[in-house]
Amino acid sequence: MLDIYYFASFREILGQSDEQLEATQYTTVSTLIESLATRGEQWQQALLNNTNLQIAVNHDIASRQTSLKPGDEIAFFPPVTGG
Amino acid sequence: MKYPFVKVQKEDFDLSTEIKALRTGHKDIGAVVSFVGTVRDINEGDDISVLELEHYPGMTEKALEEIRLEAHKRWSLQSSLIIHRIGEMQPCDQIVLVAVSSRHREAAFEAAHYIMDYLKTNAPFWKKETFPDGSTRWVDARVSDKEAENRWQKSASPTQ
Repeated sequence: MLDIYYFASFREILGQSDEQLEATQYTTVSTLIESLATRGEQWQQALLNNTNLQIAVNHDIASRQTSLKPGDEIAFFPPVTGG
Repeated sequence: MKYPFVKVQKEDFDLSTEIKALRTGHKDIGAVVSFVGTVRDINEGDDISVLELEHYPGMTEKALEEIRLEAHKRWSLQSSLIIHRIGEMQPCDQIVLVAVSSRHREAAFEAAHYIMDYLKTNAPFWKKETFPDGSTRWVDARVSDKEAENRWQKSASPTQ
């Protein structure tokens, strides 16, 4: 399984904070995003057509090219604004 | 505790107590620099009544620790501490503390500045503002914060 988290405005726009998906069919972050984007326009805009999209895999900043394996934790979020 | 020099907490902090702890056990400290970030009552021209800080548990602590350790690589530091608050805050509340100690002041000044600049653009925190009428807005990332971070990539050899 993959553990997927959505933070801040993404959590609100997509209407959920986390979910689990079967890992086998997603080899990279990109394949996961393409699959999630088929859920509707909100998903497409937040994940697929968003140049500001930030991605983390296992608590490290990642990219669309990052490969995935079962047990990975993936997070999607907007640019950070702490401090 | 996994990262004793990184604290992500709901509670407020006391600067004197934290600096005393930072100096404990070090007789070679000649300089302590601290930065405290506080909640403004106005942002982008709008009155703010509540500021809420969301974060990514686990990644936040790891990101802050990486920034702290990188500062220790770049400068000769004796000790350092990062505290970042989460949850709901009001104007004038303290949000963030960065404190750094070193033998000489230059290293502490620069390292504290560096840690804050990297924290702003690399630690997974998000601010949400509530206005007096109850409406809310997620704060947008600032280009100037990214430029502040980039400044450290261009800088020549750091002061030791």
